[in-house]
Amino acid sequence: MSVNLTLLTVMGVLYACGIYLLLERSLTRVLLGLMLLANATNLLILTTGGYAGLAPLFAKDTDPGAYSDPLPQALILTSIVISFAVTAFMLGIIYRTWVLARQDEIQDDAEDLRVAETPSFDAEDDAVIPEETSEFPLPAVEPDAGGTILAGARQMPAGEAAAEERPGSRTTAPNQEGGSE
Amino acid sequence: MITVLAVHFAVALVAPFLFRRVGRNAFYALAAVPAGSFLWLILQHDAVYAAPDAPALLVPWIPDLGLELAFRMDALAWVMSLLILGVGALVLVYCARYFKNKDSNLGGFGAQLLAFAGAMFGLVTADDLLLMFIFWELTTVLSYLLIGYARTRLAARRSALQALIVTTAGGLAMLVGLIMLGSFAGTYRISALLQQAPELVTGPAAPVVATAVVLVLVGAITKSALVPFHFWLPGAMAAPTPVSAYLHAAAMVKAGIYLVARLAPGFAGTDTWLPVVLGLGLATMLVGGYRALRQTDIKLILAYGTVSQLGFLSMVVGLGQPDAALAGIALLLAHGLFKATLFLVVGIIDHQAGTRDIRKLSGVFQSSRALGVVAVIGAASMAGVPPLAGFVAKESVFEAFVHHAGTGPWGVVVLAGVVVGSILTFAYSARFLWGAFAVKDGVPVTRFKAIKPAFLAAPAVLAFLTVAYGLWPAPVDGWIQPYAALFAGEDAADAGHLALWHGITPALGLTAVTFALGLAMYYGRGAVARAQELVPGWINGDRAYQQTIGALDDAAVWVTGRTQRGSLYFYLAVILSVAFLLPLTAILLAGKPLPADLYVIDPGSPLQLVAGAGIVVGALAAVRANKRFLAVLMVSVTGYGIALMFALQGAPDLALTQMLVETIILVAFVLAMRSLPAELRDRTGGRYRVVRIIIGAGFGLTMIFVAIYALGARVATPVSLDFPRLAYDGGGGLNVVNVTLVDIRAWDTFGEISVLALAATGVASLIFVRGRGDRIRSSGSVDEGTVGRLAAPAHSRDGAALALSRRFAASTKDAWLVAGRTLAPERRSIIFEVVTRLVFHSMIVFSIYLLLAGHNLPGGGFAGGLMAGLALTMRYLAGGRFELREAAPLSAGALLGIGLATAAVSGVAPLLLGGEVFQSAIVQLWLPVFGDIKFVTSTIFDIGVYIVVVGLALDVLRSLGAEIDEHFEEQSDAAAGTTPGGNA
Repeated sequence: MSVNLTLLTVMGVLYACGIYLLLERSLTRVLLGLMLLANATNLLILTTGGYAGLAPLFAKDTDPGAYSDPLPQALILTSIVISFAVTAFMLGIIYRTWVLARQDEIQDDAEDLRVAETPSFDAEDDAVIPEETSEFPLPAVEPDAGGTILAGARQMPAGEAAAEERPGSRTTAPNQEGGSE
Repeated sequence: MITVLAVHFAVALVAPFLFRRVGRNAFYALAAVPAGSFLWLILQHDAVYAAPDAPALLVPWIPDLGLELAFRMDALAWVMSLLILGVGALVLVYCARYFKNKDSNLGGFGAQLLAFAGAMFGLVTADDLLLMFIFWELTTVLSYLLIGYARTRLAARRSALQALIVTTAGGLAMLVGLIMLGSFAGTYRISALLQQAPELVTGPAAPVVATAVVLVLVGAITKSALVPFHFWLPGAMAAPTPVSAYLHAAAMVKAGIYLVARLAPGFAGTDTWLPVVLGLGLATMLVGGYRALRQTDIKLILAYGTVSQLGFLSMVVGLGQPDAALAGIALLLAHGLFKATLFLVVGIIDHQAGTRDIRKLSGVFQSSRALGVVAVIGAASMAGVPPLAGFVAKESVFEAFVHHAGTGPWGVVVLAGVVVGSILTFAYSARFLWGAFAVKDGVPVTRFKAIKPAFLAAPAVLAFLTVAYGLWPAPVDGWIQPYAALFAGEDAADAGHLALWHGITPALGLTAVTFALGLAMYYGRGAVARAQELVPGWINGDRAYQQTIGALDDAAVWVTGRTQRGSLYFYLAVILSVAFLLPLTAILLAGKPLPADLYVIDPGSPLQLVAGAGIVVGALAAVRANKRFLAVLMVSVTGYGIALMFALQGAPDLALTQMLVETIILVAFVLAMRSLPAELRDRTGGRYRVVRIIIGAGFGLTMIFVAIYALGARVATPVSLDFPRLAYDGGGGLNVVNVTLVDIRAWDTFGEISVLALAATGVASLIFVRGRGDRIRSSGSVDEGTVGRLAAPAHSRDGAALALSRRFAASTKDAWLVAGRTLAPERRSIIFEVVTRLVFHSMIVFSIYLLLAGHNLPGGGFAGGLMAGLALTMRYLAGGRFELREAAPLSAGALLGIGLATAAVSGVAPLLLGGEVFQSAIVQLWLPVFGDIKFVTSTIFDIGVYIVVVGLALDVLRSLGAEIDEHFEEQSDAAAGTTPGGNA
């Protein structure tokens, strides 16, 4: 199989430039990088067709090998139009980012950064469990012992906390999983 | 057997509805299921024990994987089922009085408990390793749900999770072991496996088999809470007490013992078996007994007692001798009976007194003598007092260990350990009775509500059975003998018999020692407690678990923090580096020579060099550009260059399409980015820039080499050599590329236009956010010259220019474009309007020509659609958004839909006519004006493509053009504080 170095060199430059732009922070540059990558890939597919040839318009007397390979061409045609659609979609994204946040740059994800700083203490796993010696605590269980205790992630009066710990209790801290149905 | 299982699970499914209707009494209905199954089981007795082969059932399940529903009811399974179903029914009856009527979670709870009984039954009757594993894990999951019943309580949630993690971890090890066993033996059928066991244990694969058996034992150890995994069982006492009675005394924790018992006849001979079973069993027995003496919660006394007894059981059952097997199963039954009794008693005390703390309980025996009697029977059986079940079983166990002690010094150590464990058992049994029932000095008599008979029924029945078993052990002996007979060997007849009185034997002596020392420990309990307090806290399994989980959490956070940095740049850099370094390394390591047929100048088209140079310049300039539109233009240069390259290569269709696409993209860019600042942010400099250059250059270079080697490796004749002939004969067209798209590879194209429709919809939803923008009004309702008015101060140069342009363009006639008048005068260009007027229709006609001629000449649906899109773009640019509305009255969404439908119909229609999907037919016909016409049906598909592409272009114009126009005007109106005149 013959290999066209000119096409491949051009392809290499397009890939290099495309990747370089893709790694920028500006969304516009990222989009341009994607377009260059699409062009480079089209060239790569084109190269698989081998030597340049006749346009693939059928003529009875022509040897099939004399045509420029039609299969890569069909693939590239699909790719060109899809790239157009993707580019339009990216443009929509860029415009919306601009309208919403007035910026054209990719921001670091604050949520991910927050995860990295998660403390190792987790109330669900590590909080000390009060000793329980009954599933049917009598109502006299120190409701007015006073003071507050740390229940889950918040401070709450001891009596209230005791009420929550009772079986069948329906009161749970807001926005906490597992509590209510 | 399947019926029993199916009924359990089916009733579990409807249980929640039952509870909603009748409240807690629904437990009685649920109890009927295991109770009925229990009766069925009794009736099966003769079938199980008479036949030489146990009744078995085989239902094919997933034959491809060799999975089958294989069940087998042999003696061991029968005895286990007796315990599971009997205690299950009693516990369910007990639940009906234990829980409050108004508890809304009862439905799910009852269902889980019943399903658990079914799963346990499946577990002991399954005759397939994998099927057994499935039931095994089912019990794990159900136990998680049952322990976590009081889900508002932290203790319940955490211990449920702990039990789940520990037992699942063991289950995983077990699964590996089971698969190893199954694949080495060539069968997953347990009965067949046990028959093969002697060869496996001594054969060449013996080390593998031994490893597999240890892995399986890990599963049994975690499930049955042996050291070092014993800690989850006391933790699981956060479960409601009926659950503890059933899962943690009678059923689930016995699953591990059952597994040991099931495998012992075959695999007790492996080298690792006895050390694991006896060592861990003994350690567990002693640790459990020791810690039971330290507890002040009567439920925890029982829990640690259970741990201790489980260790005891695994030792006996795992010993692998007939007498031990008999004694082990006898003890298992006895333990199930007395431990369930005691747990149910604890539940009643808790329910009536409101506490389980022995420091608060006092005088309970006086309050309820019936309960006291039941408890005394249970505890005495646990301690091994005659004439109860526990005594009978323990007597046999002592016999077995005395027998085993004859095998060597380790046998003596084990015997001594067992005796010490039994002394501890006696001591904590006495402590339990004292703690729960005695009158204590200085503690006020506990208020104790009267117990309803229905509540006490279940433990009373169990206590009765304990007595009956003790007084008349012969039936139990008969049930177990066939299992004990499985242990082959010359002393197979040595299994002995269960009996209340064996005569004066060493075992009886050991029992006497046990009682004496146990009583001494009980009476010296003060001294024992003081001694225990002096001992420093031992290694705590629970704390070790917490630390392991904590370390795991920290490691997870650490890894996540290092890898998930939230920076797209970082992610891409890693991905792309791997993407090029990996193939590059492979190429370098392979060291293959370059293919021979390399050329720089294609003899057919030397001009490619020039086009290539242009592309390279464009790409480099795009990288360096600092202005937004300059960068866009430079990318376009590469695009046009590639169009030229296509043309030079002999691909006119591609060249045409690429030109059209580049043009539309350019317009779309300008439309979308007009609100963004002209300057691009400074390129990121410094170190990162170098990294980017390296990654980019490396990637490009790697791609070149990958392409060279890949192309060089190609040996087969290209499939496309047949395409021209196929296209002409089959597709009826001369343009091979077009026929490929609409016929040979029509499926691809259909997928592609679906993607186009999706992307178009995506663009519209990004810009319009709500709706699809099909609401634009016709131009008739818009006042003249109102669209896109510029604002400028009246007395400035801009203001004067504005006034001038407005005077020039004041024309009310729609001279050139339908909606041109709606545009603000300063926006209009008469030349552009005229040109548009002249060219638009020609472009549309040309696009249709491209579409229809495409079958034989360059063109086709894509090129035609893009051409029509360009024509629309021109109308929009010249006459504004109302002009676009006039030019394309159909909505973009409708166009996309119609296009897709057309393509789909053209694909499906041949199917209805007896052909294949996307098959095309050639129709020759004669029309008056056109003459002979050769029409190929795939053209209809191409028309669909055309319409979709027009829809896409229209959507882009509507969204990025018209809608953004409107955003602008709303903003400037809001800024000016005026109500827009004709735009309201």
